[in-house]
Amino acid sequence: MSISRAPLMNLVRLKGTPILEQLHLEERLLRASTDNWCIVNDGTNVPTIVMGMSGKPSQLLEVGPVIKDRIPVIKRFTGGGTVIVDKSTLFVSLICNKDDVPSVQPYPRSVMAWSGSLYGEVFEGVDGFQLRENDYVFGDRKFGGNAQSIIRNRWIHHTSFLWDYNVRNMAYLKLPSKVPQYRLERDHTEFVCRMKDYIERSDFVEKTVKAVGNQFAMKEVNLEDIDSYAKGEHVKSTRLLTMEELQEAMASTAQSA
Amino acid sequence: MAARFLWASRVASHLRISGAQRGFSSVVLKDLKYAESHEWVKINGNKATFGITDHAQDHLGDVVYVELPDLGRSVSQGESFGAVESVKATSDINSPISGTVVEVNEVLTESPGLVNTSPYEEGWIIKVELSDACEAQKLMDSDKYSKFCQEDYAKH
Repeated sequence: MSISRAPLMNLVRLKGTPILEQLHLEERLLRASTDNWCIVNDGTNVPTIVMGMSGKPSQLLEVGPVIKDRIPVIKRFTGGGTVIVDKSTLFVSLICNKDDVPSVQPYPRSVMAWSGSLYGEVFEGVDGFQLRENDYVFGDRKFGGNAQSIIRNRWIHHTSFLWDYNVRNMAYLKLPSKVPQYRLERDHTEFVCRMKDYIERSDFVEKTVKAVGNQFAMKEVNLEDIDSYAKGEHVKSTRLLTMEELQEAMASTAQSA
Repeated sequence: MAARFLWASRVASHLRISGAQRGFSSVVLKDLKYAESHEWVKINGNKATFGITDHAQDHLGDVVYVELPDLGRSVSQGESFGAVESVKATSDINSPISGTVVEVNEVLTESPGLVNTSPYEEGWIIKVELSDACEAQKLMDSDKYSKFCQEDYAKH
């Protein structure tokens, strides 16, 4: 008689790690490791704008104020839209071998459905939680931005949760040209909500770890030990945009105005 | 979506493939070779054209961006050379065969949706000069790929 064991999931807990460093770590673990990973980062150090792989600053950002206020802008390796993150943001990232989650096909909608179900466990009892047009919402207000990257036999699903946010920071972001239908022309402040109004911070982290633990055997790993898990060269596409790139974006915005 | 159905019906009719006979409805063309990661390749002498299959584009959803490799870059069988973005996800495109990139489909920069509406024709992604034509023997023909997709469909 064979007993199936839950696949192993390495858990890395970070606090205040710069988002660029977190994304570099994730890209490395996705491409150069063969293990499953759950990374939780409790806030990042400074307000930072993070765009998806295909993001164009001239279309997505108020580039003038971004340059003036020296807000770092990152282009990440996953798809999806633009967020501005800071010390109030909570990050949860899940990197999985497709064979360790056999009910999930390595395609965006299947991975998203799985994550929606997982966070459904986390927010059980919290009124109005749902995955709505690929966003995590309470009712019709978004509180989490998520994105994915799928490689041959593995995928990552990562989320930035709006625990709290500074309304002034939202002013750096333009209304994107492609929005979900449920957004209904609302600006950022009318469209998003603060997770702290719905759940305690520590409660959310522990319930997330517990929900992941319902599907995997969890093992805590220290950041200092990561090198032994991820060896060799890998494609690195996450990067900080240069001042020159931002200035070019501002110039192209002025030309098309 | 309507354009895609029309295209698929025309191709299926031309190739006498009935989607209704299968458990899935993806189009598979007979004169191509296929990788398990759902890329197709059309070999013509020492050159080849790549793209992603109808099965892949259907599962990916609406493609909004295609990351193309640089001309002159080497690609290796089974390794990633680019990516597509759809539904908030980037998905690697893997090379079905090794070679050197000699042409990229720049139309995809402005019209990434061609990967969905015309995956085997206007949605081609790159052309390469082959480095080892024997690698094609490791790929599936249309019948094997159809069976592979059906088994994948049945699992889920």
